[in-house]
Amino acid sequence: MTKQKKTMNLNFGPQHPAAHGVLRLILELDGEIVEKIDPHIGLLHRGTEKLIEHKTYIQAVPYFDRLDYVAPMNQEHAFALAIEKLLKIEVPIRGQYIRVLFCEIGRILSHLLNITTQALDVGALTPSLWGFEERETLMTFYERVSGSRLHANYFRPGGVHKDLPRGLTDDILVFCESFPKVVDDLETLLTDNRIFKQRNVDIGIVTKQEALEHSFSGVMLRGSGVAWDLRKSQPYECYKDFNFKIPVGKNGDCYDRYLCRMEEMRESVNIIKDCIKKMPTGPVKSIDGKITPPKREDLKNSMEALIHHFKLFSEGFRVPEGEIYTAVEAPKGEFGVYLISDGSNKPYKCKIRAPGFSHLQAMDYLLKGHMLADVPAVLGSLDIVFGEVDR
Amino acid sequence: MSITVDDLNKTVSLGLTTAIKKSKINFGQLIIEINVEDLYSTILYLKTNNKCRFKQLIDITAVDYPSKENRFKIVYFFLSHENNLRVMVCINIDEKKKLPSITKIFPSANWMEREVFDMYGISFNDHPDLRRILTDYEFEGFPLRKDFPLTGHKEVRYSESKKKVVSEPVKLEQQYRDFDFSSPWEGTEYIKKEEKKNKEK
Repeated sequence: MTKQKKTMNLNFGPQHPAAHGVLRLILELDGEIVEKIDPHIGLLHRGTEKLIEHKTYIQAVPYFDRLDYVAPMNQEHAFALAIEKLLKIEVPIRGQYIRVLFCEIGRILSHLLNITTQALDVGALTPSLWGFEERETLMTFYERVSGSRLHANYFRPGGVHKDLPRGLTDDILVFCESFPKVVDDLETLLTDNRIFKQRNVDIGIVTKQEALEHSFSGVMLRGSGVAWDLRKSQPYECYKDFNFKIPVGKNGDCYDRYLCRMEEMRESVNIIKDCIKKMPTGPVKSIDGKITPPKREDLKNSMEALIHHFKLFSEGFRVPEGEIYTAVEAPKGEFGVYLISDGSNKPYKCKIRAPGFSHLQAMDYLLKGHMLADVPAVLGSLDIVFGEVDR
Repeated sequence: MSITVDDLNKTVSLGLTTAIKKSKINFGQLIIEINVEDLYSTILYLKTNNKCRFKQLIDITAVDYPSKENRFKIVYFFLSHENNLRVMVCINIDEKKKLPSITKIFPSANWMEREVFDMYGISFNDHPDLRRILTDYEFEGFPLRKDFPLTGHKEVRYSESKKKVVSEPVKLEQQYRDFDFSSPWEGTEYIKKEEKKNKEK
């Protein structure tokens, strides 16, 4: 008698606490072994790229907050850089430092969420409770500087919207003193934890070669031993001024990626401290009145400022014809913006390259032959946020 | 051993003499334009050549120029870690043309090509699984084409009477308003049109 092989199809999501948003996976299972995964994405597709084509450059910035909504400013950064390069303007040095400061805060925000939810997916509740407390503190920094906790709209073309409020840097320094202790505490909960290790070590292994072929970037690449970080290799803004290490994994499994993220948070804290120490004085945005809005006081006294303000928020500025691809090292990997300008006040085309898109694509190949229970563990370590995957 | 953009430009134009139609360096990135027929060989060359080593495909996208004869510009982005360089490969094609899939060279091209297909309706030959990816299950049309309206054609809602989700033609409570804010001194659209008419007279 021949045994017939029977596979079972299972729907994972779109409503599933471990799906990190709205992901629908169609799993083909042989018993408990995963044979094939077909991720269905796009349930959060909002047509960001189409919307941006119909908005002026300034109006398009907030759309970037809504992509990877756990580290919003990093996305704005890529867009702002693209516009600045096309306009050929320089951001004043203080503006650059503030950008770096908030990019690193964004990195900690993202990694904190990822590590703790990954732990939650494999059964540890406490880290997420601790992590979220810290995230709340970080988001108050966002709020104090931009007025909102999440959708900041703070990095504008030409610099940042407003200077730091008084006392903020001191509070960030206080946070930097207390935060490493929290990372240590998280490590005592997870790093040597037997269950956490059993669920993550040797799960979802990616070799160097495969990581490259599957367009991985960020921690997914570094976890597999490729020392590649855009902040170091293609330094944008003032990252040249900072000395930081790039943690690199060895085995390319979920556990190594977790360790990389932990280490990156520590590095980020150091960058933040360094950044505040070196913070220069001066303007925070380009003084070109055609690109950045005038000061509030000037509106009452200067006719020219008033005209600039009006034109800027109605017509916006025009960007010279051209095309450019800029990328930044977002917490999740290489976040790129391909911008084409036709010389008008709206982008002709704005393609957003989200790191999560290629990471999620590799699900099928990463999980073939793994157990069903490994699906959330790998998904957790991919660091997926649906805002950016679906766009 | 890393090379500069200029070196890369020379290497590529030597190695791919016939294939390259145009090449330029734009903001420190090399942009090359090729024909559809040479796509597969060019990309294989960029990946395997010892000097280029573009081992990573970053993204694939298309740009729609409805007024041009070759309506779509397809852009491939590559990154070389060893050389720390980027390259863009552009192809201009018309609506009916099909592109060869590069999933055999870069497995990650799979979803990227699906996205281009979904958004622009450009087909790929030999693609293992060319389905829509980002849009809804029964979506019609190609949203990122310039002639696709911003509001779309259909909207979905839950119908209380039918007890299911129904899709209907879009009904807008208020027309979409698109103001022309261009400076009248530099010429808004309607002034430009009038000026043109006057000149023709």
